[in-house]
Amino acid sequence: MALSLPAIMKTTAARLSALYLLLFALCAVLLVLYMTSLSARMLTAQTQETINDEVLGLAQAYQRGGLPVLVRVVENRSRQPGANLYLIADANGQILTGNVQSLEPGVIETEGWTTRPFSYQRFGEGELDRLRGGGSDQTAPPPAAGGAQPEGEKGHNAIALVLRLPNQMIMLVGRDLGEPERFRAVIRRALTLALGMMGLGGLLIWFFVGRAALKRIDSVSDASRRIMGGDLSGRLPVTGAGDEFDRLSENLNTMLARIAMLNEGLKQVSDNIAHDLKTPLTRLRNRAEATLAGKHKTTDYRQALEGTIAESDQLIKTFNAILMISRLEAGYSSETTGPVDLAATVSDVVELYEPVAEEASVALEATVPEAITINGNRELIGQALSNIVDNAIKYSTGATEDPKVRVMLERAGGEIRLAVSDNGPGIPDDADRARVTERFVRLEKSRSQPGSGLGLSLAKAIMTFHNGRLDLLPANPGLSVVMSFPVRETH
Amino acid sequence: MAAPQSSGEIAYNASMKILVMEDDREAADYLKKAFAEAGHTAHVAGDGETGFALADAGDYDVMVIDRLMPRRDGLSVIAALRSRGNTTPVLILSALGEVDDRVTGLRAGGDDYLTKPYAFSELLARVEVLNRRASARESETVYRVGDLELDRLSHSVRRAGREITLQPREFRLLEYLMRHAGQVVTRTMLLENVWDYHFDPQTNVIDVHVSRLRGKIEKGFDKPILHTIRGAGYMLKAARA
Repeated sequence: MALSLPAIMKTTAARLSALYLLLFALCAVLLVLYMTSLSARMLTAQTQETINDEVLGLAQAYQRGGLPVLVRVVENRSRQPGANLYLIADANGQILTGNVQSLEPGVIETEGWTTRPFSYQRFGEGELDRLRGGGSDQTAPPPAAGGAQPEGEKGHNAIALVLRLPNQMIMLVGRDLGEPERFRAVIRRALTLALGMMGLGGLLIWFFVGRAALKRIDSVSDASRRIMGGDLSGRLPVTGAGDEFDRLSENLNTMLARIAMLNEGLKQVSDNIAHDLKTPLTRLRNRAEATLAGKHKTTDYRQALEGTIAESDQLIKTFNAILMISRLEAGYSSETTGPVDLAATVSDVVELYEPVAEEASVALEATVPEAITINGNRELIGQALSNIVDNAIKYSTGATEDPKVRVMLERAGGEIRLAVSDNGPGIPDDADRARVTERFVRLEKSRSQPGSGLGLSLAKAIMTFHNGRLDLLPANPGLSVVMSFPVRETH
Repeated sequence: MAAPQSSGEIAYNASMKILVMEDDREAADYLKKAFAEAGHTAHVAGDGETGFALADAGDYDVMVIDRLMPRRDGLSVIAALRSRGNTTPVLILSALGEVDDRVTGLRAGGDDYLTKPYAFSELLARVEVLNRRASARESETVYRVGDLELDRLSHSVRRAGREITLQPREFRLLEYLMRHAGQVVTRTMLLENVWDYHFDPQTNVIDVHVSRLRGKIEKGFDKPILHTIRGAGYMLKAARA
């Protein structure tokens, strides 16, 4: 797709690349400056060394034959092509010999290395003829250099060593800086060129990489727009490259799967509400209507109202159970977890149900080992276990022999198993056994028993919340409901 | 015996002044009317700010506070009242019913927590038990209701001088009933206070426990003492002479 510049700049990729480019350019410029200054310094040092050698040679000549020899050597050397600068002047600065015609004033007044490059004029170049007369009979002063500059000629720059000979004469040995200057210019040009190329390359790479990233992001945006449009089964594209985009897409896909599951759960809840709560609500309404219709005794009204209250209480219970199941299944739950003494909870629940069992002539026994502490929610585990024990007592009454319910807590193979077994008719059919933990599923035989059909669903949701399992196993005779908790004990 | 004699009739029907903070007009009117029928006076505040002002100014026996209210939520009203030294017992009403919500509510300074929808009989029973003028029995060591006597230190129970042997849980059940003698005690209140669980048992397990206890404290005696209140719960009360 066509992208305008502002649009490109709105992308993270473009912004990041721009930032990189800027930093890169800054570094590069610093590098060039450093390199040139370093090379300049090196060249200066080299020049100074050459001058030192020269001075050493001249000093030897002076020692050998005094001033005449020195002057001769200087004159000799001055004539060589590409020679260094030589100059000998008397104590007043009057130039006696050498190849320097004129130079900036003040240079030869101070002994030692010149502190900065100075301009000079050699014999035999520039406006040589015009300057010759004045140049030789003057001291070092202005006209020469000052006159040369305005004409646009840059003159030459040099550095030099100024020495005072024992007889107060001044000797200057210098070297032209033209060569190092050229060298510096070459380096600067090369570096600038390289930088330019790199910058251009960076821009190109940015353009292509940025576009590739943009394309992938756009495909993700498209996919998410489709999903937002209501197609919850849609997923984000994964290229298989295993890069950040793939990882992001995979994570988002996992999230979508979870959302789809929650949505499914929600749909199921509304279905359940529609099917299983409407019926008792209709019954409730019909009963009230029927009571209102005829003429009845006060006690009849009373009875009808009491029935209504009892039925609405049951409805509220069912409703609470549905809410609890969906909140647990949603994985989001504010229920607090902490260390739970499973053994104590088992004892509590068994003790709670013991009179009920006794009344139903069911033998309720519990085998509880030493304290087993797990991380969980005591209320929820208590609720789940009480639902299961309640069921077991209800259904064990159909046993052929003496009805019996056994609750057993044990450690088994890396798990903590809490099994509630009865010796009633059980659920012989495998499919039925798998089905009873679904919401509102009540097997035909159990229709006569009171209950909402949510007890086991709630227990299952509670076990899932605890990262555990709820298994229904045949106990021959009877049914064994096993709650398995992962061993993640606290101490 | 220095312990004050409890006839078991002190609290029953003693008229209370109740402050109800509830933003649902209809629910609030219903509560006001229902409390009046039970012999209590109820004032209604429709939002947290009004409720706070009323509670701060008036002298109420019990407050019933809805958790979600306009202008100021219930928990912050309770916290503000508590920080001002107001110790009036509070029952929190809430549509949020998970264990965690209950814990938060009680931690904020509430004394009891009831989830909507609730039965009025449940609310009434809990409010009467919370009534501060009646709940001074914590410190007593011996509870007496008629000829029934429970010694909390020696863990012994007698009726008309005859020793009655109870299981530990039965003892705690009777202890709770006697502490609130003359008041209606609901099944959920018993499950919460005697067993310390807040869930709904599917079968009426509590009824069986109570009838078992009743067998022990009434069998062989001519007068009933543990009464079933229809549609509400139980009440321990000495028969009128």
